[in-house]
Amino acid sequence: MAYSQKVIDHYENPQNVGSMDKADPQVGTGLVGAPACGDVMKLQLKINDDGIIEDAKFKTFGCGSAIASSSLVTTMVKGKSVTEAEQVSNAEIARELALPPVKIHCSVLAEDAIKAAIADYRKKHADA
Amino acid sequence: MSSDLRLPLYFDNNATTPCDPRVVEAMVPYLFEHFGNPASRSHAYGWAAKEAVEIAREQVAELIGASPKEIVFTSGATESNNLAIKGVARYNAKKGKHIITVATEHKAILDSCHALEREGFEVTYLGVDAEGLISLDELRAAIRPDTTLVSVMFANNEIGVVQPIAEIGAICRENGVLFHCDAVQALAYVPIDVKAMNIDLLSITAHKMYGPKGVGALFVRRGRPRVRVQPIIDGGGHERGIRSGTLPTHQLVGLGKAAELARLAIESGEVDQIRALRDRLWAGLQENLDELYLNGSWEHRLPNNLNVSFAYVEGEAMMMGIKQIACSSGSACTSASLEPSYVLRAMGVDVELAHTSIRFGLGRFNTEAEVDHALELITEKVRFLREMSPLYEMVKEGIDLKSIQWTAH
Repeated sequence: MAYSQKVIDHYENPQNVGSMDKADPQVGTGLVGAPACGDVMKLQLKINDDGIIEDAKFKTFGCGSAIASSSLVTTMVKGKSVTEAEQVSNAEIARELALPPVKIHCSVLAEDAIKAAIADYRKKHADA
Repeated sequence: MSSDLRLPLYFDNNATTPCDPRVVEAMVPYLFEHFGNPASRSHAYGWAAKEAVEIAREQVAELIGASPKEIVFTSGATESNNLAIKGVARYNAKKGKHIITVATEHKAILDSCHALEREGFEVTYLGVDAEGLISLDELRAAIRPDTTLVSVMFANNEIGVVQPIAEIGAICRENGVLFHCDAVQALAYVPIDVKAMNIDLLSITAHKMYGPKGVGALFVRRGRPRVRVQPIIDGGGHERGIRSGTLPTHQLVGLGKAAELARLAIESGEVDQIRALRDRLWAGLQENLDELYLNGSWEHRLPNNLNVSFAYVEGEAMMMGIKQIACSSGSACTSASLEPSYVLRAMGVDVELAHTSIRFGLGRFNTEAEVDHALELITEKVRFLREMSPLYEMVKEGIDLKSIQWTAH
C-alpha cells in the first residue's frame, strides 16, 4: 500500500486525538461507521453560542487513510461556523490527502462524522 | 535497540523465505558451468545435468519418505495443486465425479475445484471449527461411492493450524478414496511420512523452505494404490509423460538442497529453536498488552506461526505503524477485494477481530534480538493506536459494543 506523504504525516502525528465530555451541552458527538466494516470514527465538536466550532477531537478505528481523514477533518473545521463545516465535502478531504479510489470511502465517512456531530449538537439544542 | 538488525525485520516466512546461502551455492554451477539440458542423452553436458536432477529427486523423496520414482517436478505448488486436483479428478471421472476439500484451503485448490465444478464435477467444502480444524466425522459422512479425491492441506498458510493428517489418510484408505495433501507450509518444520500417513499425492514447493521461487514437485504414489493423473501440460513427455517441459537443473538443485536442509533441520532440533522464538514473541505480547486473541488452535499449530488479533486496532493501521516488521494482516483493507480473510471467516472469527488480525511467520534466520525489538515496537504501536481507538475507549468504559446501533456505510 503506497500512502501519500500527507496520509503518513497525519498517521504519525495525528491532530487533536482525544475525547470531550459527551454530556457537555456545547459538545456535539458523531459516531459513524461499524466495527464489522473495519471503520469507526468518533468526532466531537465544541461549539460556542455564536455557532463557531471552537475545538474538535477525534478517535478512529480504521486504516491509515481513515485516521488521516478524521485527523484532517478536525483541523479543517476548527474555527469554522457550523454552516461552513456542513459544507466540507469528502472530495476536498480525498483531494487534500491524495486518496486512491479504494480509500475514498474513508473520506466519505469523515464527512458523515461532521454531519453526525452537528446533528447531535442540534438535537441537544432543539430540546432546550 | 541493536543497531545491527536488518530492517525491516522479516517475520513473513509463511509468505516466502529467503534462500539459504547453502542452497544458492549449490545452484550456481548449474547456471553457466553445467548448463546442459537433462534430456540431452548424447553428451556430457546433458549427463551432468541429469545426474544433478536425479540427486535432487532423491533429496526431495527422502524429505517425505517416498521413493524418487514417485516425485514429479513442477513449477511450484500452485501447479502441483492444479495437477493433483484436476489430474486425478479427470482421470477418474468415469468412476465418480465427487471431490471433497476444505473451505480454508489455498486458492490454488479452491479455484481448481471451481474450475472442475464448471466441468460438471461436484465438490463438498468441509467447514472448520473455531480452532480451524475439520471434523473427522463430517469427513466420513461426506464420502460417497462416487468420491474420487479428498484434498486437505497439512497446515494452513494464514493461521498455521495443522490438520489431523494421519487420521484423514486412514479414513480415505478405509473408503478407497485418494488423499491429496498440500504440504507447502509444513515441509520445513514438521516430519512428514507419506507411507505412514496414507498420503497419495503431496504438493511441494521450494520457496517456503529456504529454496528458490518457481520450482516445486508433486508426490504421486506408485504402490498400493497406484495413482494415475491426467497431465495438465502437453509437450515433450518429460517426467514420464506427467509433466512436460525442460527440467530447470539449477532450480531443481536448489529444491533438492532445500529439502535436504529441511530434513536435517527437523532432525537436529533447529525447528525447536524457531518454536522457542515464536513462543517468546507470544509470551511477550501477552505480558505487555491486553485484549489479544490467538486465531486457530495453539496445540495443533506450526512451530513458526503466530496469528493474533489485536482487538480494537485495525490491521492496516497496525501494519503502517510496525512497518519495520515485515508481516501480513487478515484485514479487509490489505486485501484487494476489501473482504476480510476467508480463512478467519470460515473459523467463525468475528468480522471485527478479522480486521485486527496480524500474521507473524518466524523462520530459520530470525534471532532473539529481532524478536525483542519487534516486541518493543509492536507494544508501542498498539498502545498508540488504542489511545486513538473509540472502540477501546468504549470497552474500557464498560460499554458492550454489541449493544450499539452502528450506522452502516
